Amino acid sequence: MKGKNVFATRWGIIGVGACIGILAPLLQKLGNPGNMGICVACFERDIAGALGLHRAAVVQYMRPEIIGFVLGSLVAAYLFKEYRPRAGSAPIVRFVLGVFAMIGALVFLGCPWRAVLRLAGGDGNAILGLLGLTFGIWVGTLFLKKGYNLGRTQATHAAAGWMLPLIMLGFLILAFIFPQLEGQDKNGVLFYSLKGPGSMHAPLLVSLVVGLGIGFLAQRSRFCTMGAIRDVVLFGQTHLLSGFMALLVFAFLTNLVLSQFKMGFAGQPVAHTQHIWNFAGMALSGLAFALAGGCPGRQLFLAGEGDSDAAVFVMGMIVGAGISHNFGLASSPDGVGPYGIPAVIIGILVCLFIGLTMRRKSA
Amino acid sequence: MAATVDARGLSCPQPVIMTLDEIKKGKDKEIIVLVDTDTSKENVSRAAESQGFRINDVTAEGEGYRITMTKG
Repeated sequence: MKGKNVFATRWGIIGVGACIGILAPLLQKLGNPGNMGICVACFERDIAGALGLHRAAVVQYMRPEIIGFVLGSLVAAYLFKEYRPRAGSAPIVRFVLGVFAMIGALVFLGCPWRAVLRLAGGDGNAILGLLGLTFGIWVGTLFLKKGYNLGRTQATHAAAGWMLPLIMLGFLILAFIFPQLEGQDKNGVLFYSLKGPGSMHAPLLVSLVVGLGIGFLAQRSRFCTMGAIRDVVLFGQTHLLSGFMALLVFAFLTNLVLSQFKMGFAGQPVAHTQHIWNFAGMALSGLAFALAGGCPGRQLFLAGEGDSDAAVFVMGMIVGAGISHNFGLASSPDGVGPYGIPAVIIGILVCLFIGLTMRRKSA
Repeated sequence: MAATVDARGLSCPQPVIMTLDEIKKGKDKEIIVLVDTDTSKENVSRAAESQGFRINDVTAEGEGYRITMTKG
């Protein structure tokens, strides 16, 4: 199944963005939380909660969308002979970037995917988040121009690339063995939310199928929300941006059709109105994504096609979610957590340190 | 003489940055770029074409691709 990849064309990426833009609000209609049809950071945070890595009772659910993203990408990569097991490009740095990407995202309350879905649902706070995201990515491009580079990967065993997909498969099996029981906050090894965003979800199989479909399409199209902004800043290229914009436009239209559009700043679902920290949280995330070479979704798709370093970034995000909620770094609709502000400052300093010190030796 | 850019093992956006750096140098009319993923192959080709280069040949080499491009 080789030949020209139609999904990598301009219309291909627009089509994929449009698909995600329609499916995400539909998932919300079917039960997912407000303006959170899909949020990679939030859903990885819910997985961390389901596993008990944090015990924030309102955000615990084994999200099938994330599992689908990885497995859908794996299927596409194998089908189109693009599976390339690789590893060894500064994994510990990628882990740290993943941790801080999550900490920043949970101060804003969303990843770039949710930032644009929040905007498409009328949440004005998302504007601050998207500005922060752009600022963080812009800082990242300054490092890239100065030769920032985490080094080359090495080809590795095919099975090494299966590690994250197998972990995701394991999560799925756990979700089937220990399904949610009415009124119970735990079944076997999995925690479940009885209220809050973690209690809101579309039917498991619907979420899984949508996740698999998006994982498949995103692997083919290389859809990336961070790359969308980075490529404009760095190269003046609008290829990936056209997919990101299609997501925004189609999510907005779908929200209108489903009566899910509500404009304003206050009282938006799973959001707060502390503008500076909406901006700064997303700036930290944007910088971490730029230094790691992909948005949180893209890291899942890369992990599905055999990139173990992206898998390490994903594990960093899941652990980062545990840290965020255990240490009071994550925000809530009431505002930033007690230690959220120092965590963002530390995160930015750590990212600046990584950007400044890890450069390609001059050729 | 063609310039060769070895971007194998490097992830997005490094292969594109290296290709554009070589194009900016403007020394060689022909540039050969080695990459090891389909994503890099597409990104490098797209970026080179936007700079007025033509992709002459893409051949499988080892685990990746050898992309040959010329100016104009």
